[in-house]
Amino acid sequence: MIYLDNAATSWPKPEAVYQAMDGFMCQVGASPGRSGHRLSIEAGRVVYETRESLARLFNIDDPLRIIFTSNATEALNVAINGVLRPGDHAITSSMEHNSVMRPLRALQERGVELTVVSCSKEGFLDPGGIEKAIKPNTRLIVLNHASNVVGTLLPVIEVGAIARRHGVLFCIDAAQSAGAYPLDVSFMKVDLLAFTGHKSLYGPQGTGGLYIRQGVEDVVEPLMRGGTGSRSDSEHQPDFLPDKYESGTPNTVGLAGLGAGVQFVLSRGVNALREKEEKLMYLLIEGLGAIPGVTLYGSGDAREQVAVLSFNIAGIASSEVAMRLEEEYDILCRPGLQCAPIAHKTLGTFPGGTVRVSPGYFTTEYEVDIVLRAIRNIASMGKGIGL
Amino acid sequence: MVLFHSISGALRAEKLLKAEGVPLKMIPVPRHLSSDCGICIRFERADELKVEGILGRSKLEIQGIHQI
Ligand SMILES: Cc1ncc(COP(=O)(O)O)c(C=O)c1O
Repeated sequence: MIYLDNAATSWPKPEAVYQAMDGFMCQVGASPGRSGHRLSIEAGRVVYETRESLARLFNIDDPLRIIFTSNATEALNVAINGVLRPGDHAITSSMEHNSVMRPLRALQERGVELTVVSCSKEGFLDPGGIEKAIKPNTRLIVLNHASNVVGTLLPVIEVGAIARRHGVLFCIDAAQSAGAYPLDVSFMKVDLLAFTGHKSLYGPQGTGGLYIRQGVEDVVEPLMRGGTGSRSDSEHQPDFLPDKYESGTPNTVGLAGLGAGVQFVLSRGVNALREKEEKLMYLLIEGLGAIPGVTLYGSGDAREQVAVLSFNIAGIASSEVAMRLEEEYDILCRPGLQCAPIAHKTLGTFPGGTVRVSPGYFTTEYEVDIVLRAIRNIASMGKGIGL
Repeated sequence: MVLFHSISGALRAEKLLKAEGVPLKMIPVPRHLSSDCGICIRFERADELKVEGILGRSKLEIQGIHQI
């Protein structure tokens, strides 16, 4: 079997991730931060270690600025719903995932103004377009860092500088880039950074989080309120991080796994991981580009994107290509719209979608070669049941 | 003994202090001292200035240092 759906969830995970989760369940197991006994303290340490590793990865001074959520979607909902009020204006791009688009569209129905800045049909964004969209009531710019459809990187550094200059909050969706591409929150001037644990950070599903810059928490309402283990004498939510946004018993076993995943990234180094994926992407782009009948979408340049590639074969629906890849070649990928209808409208592939292949750290060049041969065969056999 | 607002804060302090070689123990907060979270860090009286310095530099908010 060849697994090419790492953009949905990376798999397999480094061995240390399985061990950390098994170790936590068998030897610690307690609820972190709820009691003073040694197992509870140990569980708290596990969560703290994961926070600290992530802080190192994103160059965050204070690990307590990271709050844990169950995925990037929840983190983005905290950021978007926590900041925007009726009458505010928000700006986003036309390459977003529905985890950004749907919360924004829902707020639009409740009186938030929204500007969606168009990207080119390769998926690139002109930062000038963002600056032009800024108005006196603009509160928030939300931007995808790397597209989950074509991997294209958006100019977050330039937009961060623009946002800071205009006093607008800047939030990035780093679901596809965290662990796969260098991220430095102070250099990038981001106020809010949402990440997910189960993609290029190699953690299990059900983990993710949000970095909140010092002071920004004053204008971000929590999504949920409840027990935190702190201020137990008060019936009001604490105002300090991370407790303000971390109510209820966390996914400690998941965070134990995420900690091991982030350690894996730190020990290999983001640049080395990226180099490996860039090589695989180069082979895929060159190989697919040379097959008659195959259309590639996105930048067409492995250096300008993360390890996600979308294509179509003339005359065959993306869902059928994916089905044939699985049934005839045991290759697993993802067809369709990948939860990002607006990105497909930008690329000109709506509503049919694309076949998305996303290699990962454990994908080999040999596997890429098999994939290219499989796609060449399917394309040369021509029309299937049609679009 | 130093008290914190949150367990996450106490755990961050534990790591910072351990890294500087301060002997310490994480213990449940004694009943007569109220605290926002259930645990605190006990250290030797002689290390008080050092502890204050390390925590001050980290800008970690504490709830207070108490003598027991
Ligand atoms: C760009 C992008 N944003 C957000 C998400 C949402 O991540 P999650 O499903 O972990 O909430 C994903 C992946 O599903 C994504 O690719």
